[in-house]
Amino acid sequence: MRMLSRFLPGLLCLCLLFGLPQAVQAQDDPGQPLLEALDTSSYADKAEAIEVIIESGDERSRRWLEALLNGKLQRHKDNQRFVIVLENRGRHWPVADALSFEEAGEMSRRELDRIGINNALRGTLQNALSLLDLYVDDADQRRDAARDLLGNVDASMVEPLKAVIENEENAEVRRLLSQALAIYRLDQGDVEAIADLEGSLNQQVRSVLNSAARSDDPVLADAASAALAGIEQKLKLNQGLETLYFGLSLGSVLVLAAIGLAITFGVMGVINMAHGELIMLGAYTTWGMQQLLPGQPGLALVLSIPAGFLVAALAGIAIERGVIQFLKGRPLETLLATFGVSLILQQLVRTVISPQNRTVVSPEWLSGSVMINEGLSLTLNRLYVLGFALLVFAGLMLVMRKTRLGLEVRAVTQNRAMARSMGIRATRVDIMTFALGSGVAGLAGVALSQLTNVGPNLGQNYIIDSFMVVVFGGVGNLWGTLVAGLSLGVINQVLEPWVGAVLAKIIVLVFIILFIQKRPKGLFPQKGRAAEG
Amino acid sequence: MQSVDSSQRFWLTRPFRERATQLFLGVLFAALLLVTVLHLAVPQGHPLHVTAYTVNLFGKYLSYALLAVSVDLVWGYLGILSLGHGAFFAIGGYAMGMYLMRQIGDRGTYGDPVLPDFMVFLNWDSLPWYWLGFDMAWFAFVMVLVAPGLLALVFGFLAFRSRVTGVYLSIITQALTFALMLAFFRNEMGFGGNNGLTDFRELLGFDLRTDATRLGLFLATGVALALGYILCRAIVTSKLGRVSVATRDAEARTRFLGYRVERFQLFVFVVSAMLAGLAGALYVPQVGIINPSEFSPIFSIEIVLWVALGGRATLYGAVIGALLVNYAKTVFTGIMPDAWLFALGALFVFVTVFLPKGVAGLLAHRKRKTQEQKNQARKPQEATT
Repeated sequence: MRMLSRFLPGLLCLCLLFGLPQAVQAQDDPGQPLLEALDTSSYADKAEAIEVIIESGDERSRRWLEALLNGKLQRHKDNQRFVIVLENRGRHWPVADALSFEEAGEMSRRELDRIGINNALRGTLQNALSLLDLYVDDADQRRDAARDLLGNVDASMVEPLKAVIENEENAEVRRLLSQALAIYRLDQGDVEAIADLEGSLNQQVRSVLNSAARSDDPVLADAASAALAGIEQKLKLNQGLETLYFGLSLGSVLVLAAIGLAITFGVMGVINMAHGELIMLGAYTTWGMQQLLPGQPGLALVLSIPAGFLVAALAGIAIERGVIQFLKGRPLETLLATFGVSLILQQLVRTVISPQNRTVVSPEWLSGSVMINEGLSLTLNRLYVLGFALLVFAGLMLVMRKTRLGLEVRAVTQNRAMARSMGIRATRVDIMTFALGSGVAGLAGVALSQLTNVGPNLGQNYIIDSFMVVVFGGVGNLWGTLVAGLSLGVINQVLEPWVGAVLAKIIVLVFIILFIQKRPKGLFPQKGRAAEG
Repeated sequence: MQSVDSSQRFWLTRPFRERATQLFLGVLFAALLLVTVLHLAVPQGHPLHVTAYTVNLFGKYLSYALLAVSVDLVWGYLGILSLGHGAFFAIGGYAMGMYLMRQIGDRGTYGDPVLPDFMVFLNWDSLPWYWLGFDMAWFAFVMVLVAPGLLALVFGFLAFRSRVTGVYLSIITQALTFALMLAFFRNEMGFGGNNGLTDFRELLGFDLRTDATRLGLFLATGVALALGYILCRAIVTSKLGRVSVATRDAEARTRFLGYRVERFQLFVFVVSAMLAGLAGALYVPQVGIINPSEFSPIFSIEIVLWVALGGRATLYGAVIGALLVNYAKTVFTGIMPDAWLFALGALFVFVTVFLPKGVAGLLAHRKRKTQEQKNQARKPQEATT
């Protein structure tokens, strides 16, 4: 004791030297009074203090309350500093400052005072912790917390939860919270709770309704079954919507792949079997761009859009000048020659780059999904590709309808000789049209790189489908291509759950083969003299 | 015009009077004989000895040549560019393969007396109905012709009736073979899925792995090629053939002249499909396997290339083209496998751009040139007189 009394002034001095500045700093922190309030001997006051902490919305609350629950929130006897014990074994415990969470060395267990709790407080704390996230400012976080509560509500949480629901501004969060509460109430046999659960697609809700439907109480069982039927209905609708979405997504890919072909085949009458390889070039451009700009997949992807267009368009011009111009008016020979080109391009990629697939990274803003409701979420990349396809389509439509080039292309298509005699340079129009169609194939490749593997066979997988889309829609008709592509995509997806992917594809092919017999000019045949050519 | 007076005689024997046919048949039989003699009479190790492997290879080429002839019949004389003839070839091959599978009997890995190995593997307990009868050789051989013929009949009937021609027909024939490829890849189809049909033992009691059987198959393929060639020649020199050519050149005009164009198209298309099936049936025992890759659209386009290289609408050109391309393929894939697709691709471009009439066209061109030179040599004398 004497030793201690001799050292005491020194210790005090130390506290004045080191403790005071910290204390001053701590005074400014809004957390300090919150913790101070905990340090009372009355458990009733402690309970109140805990409530204050929860309602403060302070982001450190979780850690404080967890520490308090585990008996690790302690106060230094001398400098009154709040610390969180990191490891309470041995004599000297490593601690962290309770306000900054910075490590504060070791303290002897004798220097520390534990802020004690009793069993009642323990229960309060446990509930408080599960409700804690409901007080944060970020609505998304609150929503997630509310979703976690579904099926996890117990008796002690009912009252605080009711209070939270009162004060919640966000309708979505409020709905989820009432559902969480309703699940509990239903478990207790409250029929009225079912009203709150109607239309929810949550798994927990369905399982609790299912068990309620089997209960002995006929009123409860009937009400639950009715609610379940409604939910089933909604689920079916959601499934339908999902199929539609996947179908449209597949369709948009088909449209993208085929729309360039619709230009070269439909407008120019040139069968370009190398079209698939132009798509492949676009995809490889994306890959190459990402190699050039490592770590910036988003920027690379955006830049690949013009780059992919250019690369494919240049390749297209080379094909047109090198091969197709010599085969004017001989479509079957063009088909064979461009098939040769496609073989060469494929092998070129295999030899120069690699026969293996290359991975193209998706930027962050393309990955993930949009959640429409609990039963339906749309993957972002497919959504973007769908939008991109529509954009490309609109762009092409504008070019063909509103620009000089489009006018000239249509003129040359309808009557080449007449167009030439009106001063249109038909050869130049040929080149431009082919470049346009090929460039669009390149764009398709950029988009496809986000959905499938980029490999030498990428184009081959799409060429037959693309031709099918163009023929189905009616050659020379861009709208036809759009409608045909989207509807084929949807048909394929609708069939898939019944018969499997391969058979669905076969059925679609056979359907088109039969359809062509019925309407040889496709869905939207060209009218007028040009059609007879 | 000289064929007009010969049209009085029996149509099937008419080709024998043509010099080109005589020449073709002469060369073909001389080659068959030569290979046989070099294989049997020349001792092994002698530089001129033709090994059994080579005989087998030639047999494969000859079945390809028959396939090319069948494509030339529809493309050259009917103007239909079929990108799906591989399908008929493969179906003929599968019909033969099914017979050969049944011939294995209980010698398969699982030793089931009736079910082929892959069906045992899939836990099937009985043969699907369409496998019935394939244990009988005559039935299988009839199906070799009937199955592809039937497909061609249905497909052609629908297509020609609604006047689907030109590029559209090419594209949907391609879709047809693509769809069939996907279908045959499925195990549930009952044709061995991915692996197809293989591990054959014997054909009509002859062990497929002996050299003698190989030589026999080679000779049989040669004879089939000759017969197919004569049949095609007979068809194209007949009145029906001339209507076909008229259809090729001006379909609408032929129709206006009162011909039911679609019937002629259908007949020629079905005959061609049957020939392709026959080629497939001869091909399968020689290579010992048939799998869905024969349905791949690329193979079908390759056949068209053979015809284009050899020369369209000559029939013998198709044979030359098939032999040339496949020989080149064997050589290339042996020496530098990577370069083959480059070469094949370049060949497609080169032939269509620079050799629209193919090798046969070159030959004809040279012949015409010598003729002209003779004429010119005569002309100055006439002019001076």
